Amino acid sequence: MADQAGAQTAALPPRTAVVIGGNRIPFARSGGAYAYSSNKDMLIAALDGLVARFGLQGERIGEVAAGAVLKHSRDFNLTREAVLGSALSPETPAYDLQQACATGLETVVGLSNKIRLGQIDSGIAGGVDSASDAPIAVSEGLRRVLLDLSRAKTTQQKIKVLATLRPKDLSPNAPTTGEPRTGLSMGEHQALTTAAWEITREAQDELAYRSHHNLAAAYDRGFFSDLMTPYRGLTKDANLRADTSLEKLATLKPVFGKGLDTPATMTAGNSTPLTDGAAVVLLGSEDYARANNLPMLATIVDAEAAAVDFVTGEEGLLMAPVHAMPRLLQRNGFTFDDFDFFEIHEAFAGTVLSSLAAWEDPDYCKRVLGLDGALGSIDRSKVNVNGSSLAAGHPFAATGGRIVASLAKTLSEKGGRGLISVCAAGGQGVVAILEAR
Amino acid sequence: MTDNYLNLVNSPLPGKIAKALGLPRPSVLRRYTPGESIASKPVLVTGSGAGAEALADVLLSWDVEVRRHVLPGEKLSAAVVVLDRAASPADLAAPLLELGQALKVLVPGGRVVAVFRSSADTTDPAVAAARQGIDGAIRSVAHELRGGATANGIILRGDATTTDATTLGALRFFLSGRSAYVDGQFLEVSGTPAESLAGLAAATTAVGEGVPDRPLAGKTAVVTGAARGIGAKIAEILARDGARVVAVDVPAAGEQLAQVANRVGGTALQLDITDPDAAARILEHVGGRYGTLDVVVHNAGITRDKLLANMDASRWDSVIAVNIASQLRMNEQFIASSVFSTTGRIISLASTSGIAGNRGQSNYAASKAGVIGMVRAQAASFDGAGRTVNAVAPGFIETDMTAKIPPLTRQVARRLSSLQQGGLPVDVAEAIAFLASDAAAGINGQVLRVCGQNLVGA
Repeated sequence: MADQAGAQTAALPPRTAVVIGGNRIPFARSGGAYAYSSNKDMLIAALDGLVARFGLQGERIGEVAAGAVLKHSRDFNLTREAVLGSALSPETPAYDLQQACATGLETVVGLSNKIRLGQIDSGIAGGVDSASDAPIAVSEGLRRVLLDLSRAKTTQQKIKVLATLRPKDLSPNAPTTGEPRTGLSMGEHQALTTAAWEITREAQDELAYRSHHNLAAAYDRGFFSDLMTPYRGLTKDANLRADTSLEKLATLKPVFGKGLDTPATMTAGNSTPLTDGAAVVLLGSEDYARANNLPMLATIVDAEAAAVDFVTGEEGLLMAPVHAMPRLLQRNGFTFDDFDFFEIHEAFAGTVLSSLAAWEDPDYCKRVLGLDGALGSIDRSKVNVNGSSLAAGHPFAATGGRIVASLAKTLSEKGGRGLISVCAAGGQGVVAILEAR
Repeated sequence: MTDNYLNLVNSPLPGKIAKALGLPRPSVLRRYTPGESIASKPVLVTGSGAGAEALADVLLSWDVEVRRHVLPGEKLSAAVVVLDRAASPADLAAPLLELGQALKVLVPGGRVVAVFRSSADTTDPAVAAARQGIDGAIRSVAHELRGGATANGIILRGDATTTDATTLGALRFFLSGRSAYVDGQFLEVSGTPAESLAGLAAATTAVGEGVPDRPLAGKTAVVTGAARGIGAKIAEILARDGARVVAVDVPAAGEQLAQVANRVGGTALQLDITDPDAAARILEHVGGRYGTLDVVVHNAGITRDKLLANMDASRWDSVIAVNIASQLRMNEQFIASSVFSTTGRIISLASTSGIAGNRGQSNYAASKAGVIGMVRAQAASFDGAGRTVNAVAPGFIETDMTAKIPPLTRQVARRLSSLQQGGLPVDVAEAIAFLASDAAAGINGQVLRVCGQNLVGA
């Protein structure tokens, strides 16, 4: 009998996982409004805003998954600690996840899969990052001395260990966005890709301009009134420049790619700034949403991760979503024409434009992606219609939650199908499909 | 804002000094705590006739010790003066002189409640004189009482009786700590509409002893301006009384709003009540989450004070837009919606400024007097149909807003009421919670002042 029951359970078709809603705190520029807020503080604020929006006080959620890219070692249980500090039931389990800038989206993928399998009925996915409150590590030399010191038993041994300390060991290691295997910053990596795809300064500035204006317009029509809860006096993303113009953007000096043979095109205006913030998304099964009279904004259809060999220079650091996309579309029998909205994370304007160019290039798609021809072209007016990271800012692990909640709400208002693409450090990327209910 | 003077005169030595100098000696008011007994000492019921007898029987059923006459040396928690049969001014002497004896033995925080008929419901001049006479006498008693005691009245309209559900609801409110800062006020009650009685019976039997400790259980209440101050307290008290609270405030106040919602176990809805779609969004949220909207508390309000001579259009317009125009627009949509309960309650925040006017507040007074006008006209359209609309007019309440008044002016303003102190946000919230309850089903179109019988606007 037990076997039979087990077989029946295994044969159950996967359930549907839906996005119920989201909440984030406004994103602050590094060193700004949240300069003295920790990742835990911000994640609690984002969770509590979500709890307040949906009346989840004291509720045991199936699981909470979140993460941070810049993380203190003391925050080894960041998400669980945030749950304990929030208005949720302390009996809510939680785990940390880290996949660089894809962290937030990957938590959505992981929890939605658990919901689909029937392991949990509800979940909160998200992420947080503080570039202001970043951990600073001691140098490798000092670290080794300190560890040896803790193992030394006699005073003589201790003196001997201390004698190996060198003045240069005392300078701390601040976190960088540099890739450990290449030593290049993310911006310098993207500069290589931007140059390879011959993306112009004008096209990048145009994308940044549209990001700011789309985000400002979304604020003006109250789009964020049920997606955001103010924090520490900040009521809008601090990076937003509603009045920016192509002329203003054109005056900015390039900051990346200055050592290349080609003209440097990437500026502070068409690259994301260091940002602090947190975002969370409430997910559930259809039954959970119905039983609790909660809205169902969108269905989480499918997702795909990819990684590329950027170390040898074979592929650009942030081009992994370009590889993940055809695999995701083929598995679901879709082409770009089947989508009404595209959320392509704007790590840099060049990232978005290089991805679009790659998918439009038949030669690249045949040679690198193994397709019969170009994957397809995306109508630019369907991309990042409510602004993206260039305007809102990009607290690394929080970006996925921001994008999923915004796209789900857009789909609930306008209908249709949406595609998400998020690139990440380490040559990784995650893409996902959301569908209106 | 702490009332340091009140704290001072309630400590031993300074209290004696204040007494010797004849300075005001405000008392710490008796406020409601769930499960409290409405009368720890006996309650006097004066007045004769079937109405008085029936009311005395009800008090007995509430486990209250009832006296029909003052007994020598015995303290009283309250005196209920039942004068529903008063037909000429001569009828007042005996019961009111008996009340006079009761005042001497009234405990601190004691209560005087008169129950009588409306002078507006008679064409007989002698009857009207008797009824209106009670009004004047009770207001005077309220001025005379000390020790945090209050005097209020219940005016029976039409064929309402002394033991109608709403009469008893109002009596319980006035006797309890819920009415701590309500003094010298009169509530008109009508016979309770049948629709509300089922809910009332359910709420009453739920706790067995006829004391509905969670009178708003099962109800969904929307509170605007709930992020701070009086609005946050209203959300808290409605939730304490059992309501599911939807806390509404502008998106910019979202952080505090979320904290309020999480504290009261409700939901936060960020919106600007002056947006044309505000009511639609409230109805969508409440309809989707809870099905029915039972209580609307229009608390959100702003001040933009300036002498009228110096007033500009933006100050005037913004106060009108937030304080009254938004309420008119939202009410229209609530009333037309099937989500709004057939026994729904609308409670608006008015102000004593709207009753008496206030220097530098012509815009605010226009909006708050406007609220009173709106409530009365809307009430007429609801009459007897199950829904009610009422206003609560706070006097001087200790909030962030009154904390900005210059210190000396603030001290004077506090002592201007019979209770010689400012009220607290909870006092306003308790009055609103009462008007939201089934027990208040027969109260419609009333403006209940929560002002400690402030001399201003009296």
